[in-house]
Amino acid sequence: MNTSTIFSRLQFAFTIGYHYLFPQFTMGLALLLVILKVLYLARKEERYNTAVHFWGKIFAITFVIGVVTGIPMEFQFGTNWALFSSYAGGIIGQTLAMEGAFAFFLESAFLGLFLFGEQAFGQKLHLFATIMVWLGTWASGAFIIASNAWMQHPVGYTVANGRLNISNWLEVMTNSWILPQYLHTMSGAVVTAAFMMTGLGAYYLLARRDIDYGRLFVTLGVIVGLIASVFQLYPSGDLEGTQVTKYQPTKLAAMEGLFQTESGAGIVILGQPDVPKGTIDNPIIVPSVLSFLTYRQWTAVVRGLNTFPADQRPDSIEMLYYSYHIMVGLGTIFIAIMGLALLLLWRRRLFQARWMLWILMLATPFPYIANTAGWFTTELGRQPWIVFGLMRTVHGSSPLLSTGNIIFTLLGFMGIYLLFGLLYVILVVFEALHGPGEQAAGATPEESGDLGLLGERG
Amino acid sequence: MPTLWFILVAFMLTMYVLLDGFDLGAGIIHLVAARTDTERRFVLRAIGPVWDGNEVWLIAAGGTLFFTFPLLYASSFSGFYLPLIIVLWLLMARGVSIELRSRFSNVVWASFWDGMFFIGSALLAIFYGAALGNVIRGVPLNPQGYFFEALWTDFNPFSANPGTLDWYTILTGLLAFVALLAHGANFIAVKTEGALNERARRISRIGWLITIPLAVLASIATFFVQPQVYTSFAQRPWGIIFPLIAFVGLLGAGFFNFRKHDMAALLSSGTFILGMLTSAAFSLYPIVLPAVNRAYSLTINNASASQYGLAVGLIWWSVGIVLAAIYFIFTYRRFRGKVTAASSQEY
Repeated sequence: MNTSTIFSRLQFAFTIGYHYLFPQFTMGLALLLVILKVLYLARKEERYNTAVHFWGKIFAITFVIGVVTGIPMEFQFGTNWALFSSYAGGIIGQTLAMEGAFAFFLESAFLGLFLFGEQAFGQKLHLFATIMVWLGTWASGAFIIASNAWMQHPVGYTVANGRLNISNWLEVMTNSWILPQYLHTMSGAVVTAAFMMTGLGAYYLLARRDIDYGRLFVTLGVIVGLIASVFQLYPSGDLEGTQVTKYQPTKLAAMEGLFQTESGAGIVILGQPDVPKGTIDNPIIVPSVLSFLTYRQWTAVVRGLNTFPADQRPDSIEMLYYSYHIMVGLGTIFIAIMGLALLLLWRRRLFQARWMLWILMLATPFPYIANTAGWFTTELGRQPWIVFGLMRTVHGSSPLLSTGNIIFTLLGFMGIYLLFGLLYVILVVFEALHGPGEQAAGATPEESGDLGLLGERG
Repeated sequence: MPTLWFILVAFMLTMYVLLDGFDLGAGIIHLVAARTDTERRFVLRAIGPVWDGNEVWLIAAGGTLFFTFPLLYASSFSGFYLPLIIVLWLLMARGVSIELRSRFSNVVWASFWDGMFFIGSALLAIFYGAALGNVIRGVPLNPQGYFFEALWTDFNPFSANPGTLDWYTILTGLLAFVALLAHGANFIAVKTEGALNERARRISRIGWLITIPLAVLASIATFFVQPQVYTSFAQRPWGIIFPLIAFVGLLGAGFFNFRKHDMAALLSSGTFILGMLTSAAFSLYPIVLPAVNRAYSLTINNASASQYGLAVGLIWWSVGIVLAAIYFIFTYRRFRGKVTAASSQEY
């Protein structure tokens, strides 16, 4: 693979990976906001609405960073993947453009109403706006998943003059790959938001401040978090696995670290893959489980990497293997943590169990890692294809773009995103430390005198 | 069908320039027009509820271009690689400045974002103008329909290998800068009262005065750099309507400015921009990206997607755009009227 393609991949991976840190939180949080708003209207307890305002502020900050880091995504297909874009744009452009037409316009209109319209328009409309923001963010996710699903499992096309033409729109929109991937991604987003809410609630309880809110956040976060974590494993994760088994056996073999075809293949829990030798170092393997998970038969034959010619295998098997194992490992730990927390909650011991609150607080960042690792799995596993089975990644990048230009822009993105990350952390920590308790006047600078060009007071 | 999509994509881009144009213009003038913290926050409150929606037009236009003219999308975005990525950085920096400025009551913090908001807005206006200049002037497309252009080369007017920025595109960039400056000033004049309103109107007048010679100059230059323009107007003389629209808009912008009729001035500056953009689109049609070697130019026919794709796209696109129009009317109606101290406390 030539260096310009490698750096284009790196830039896309970096910008999309970074971008997705924000939408996964907002998509999940939007659902939690709807739940809080409904609870408020059902129970008429001011605490719930204050919680909506508090998380609404954090939602707004996250949404802004999500929007601005999302802008480059729509354009990078063209800048760095010109040959892919002209080859497949007639299809993948449809789902991406639909996101703009159906999700972005909706979000931009209702977010303002959600953030500023409560007093002027009353509670019913505010609930409506909250629901619309939730639907908008989830619709956005649906179109992105539809685009990615098509690259994983292309359908509804014909080939003419070296270009793909869309031949059946309905088939593209009902691609069997979409639903499992959508469910898995969305519930992953809910896991992130639930852990964030739980983590902050746990912090308040540990710090012995905003106790009422701490309890509310932990309770809601743990309940939603457990449901979503279990849903990640079954059915959504299982459904995804079925798709991969059926259509992408190379991805399956590489992510599981299965080098040789086996009947009754075992599942690798731990171990470091040695790809040139085709072995797993110090492995912990549970026999026959992989065969059962993939084909529902303990003795089924699972094809290993040796079945496929070298140029059909993913090109970074180690990264793929680790991404998948990190995702699954963390997912399992999430179920354990949230399950234990819910048990304690049910026994009315959670709010006193400081050790558990510590675990919940420290667990906050890990869903981000799991979600990112999940995307690494699906994208590295698609390699060496940019459109699975149809176009190789190396044939999709921009033909006249020099490596020097790509490295320049990659470094620029890294610098800007570092700054955005710092700002984001500062702002969210500021809101979190400020707390939901006293609804202060907000960060409104006091009226001041004249400001010069550089803000010096006149 | 490709002709229809040519019109629709041009429509979306025009909507983007008209709508985001006034909030870009607001960013250009706010350091001078708004002197106090309160005034600067008035400017942000005027555009705060709408700038994000305005920018969605760009994203939506990009997506629509992608599926209707995949080769044009691929060729132009990869060819203008560096300027386009810089535009993305500016869009990001600017969006963040609008949203973060008023989160802390700290004069250094606020001033930093004020400056960022200005730089982002000003450079975006210039880059957009230069981008249009490039699309009119043409680029060195190869037989496969690709090219790569440096940000600038030697600035030689007769250069065989001009960069994205050369004398002509800098001229169109400056024209865009002053035109959007005046457009944004009109918008701020509409949305505010008192001293801020007066200053905005004065700035709009200055912008208008500079726009006139630049518009004349750029129009004349366009005939020199792109012979297709002459061909288009000769073959389809009715197209003269588009430059006339621009002319009427320009006249109106000045007239209503002097009459202190801010809303009419805003509509006029919008009409001017509309006229200029439609003139450009008309004069290139059916070419969408002219090549230095004429035979390699991208046209609506060789760059467009399949007939079926364009047809099926039209169905959902129509639904989407009607919904978008409803949201927009709703949002703008909700935030109509002057910004006052009683308006939303955000920003």
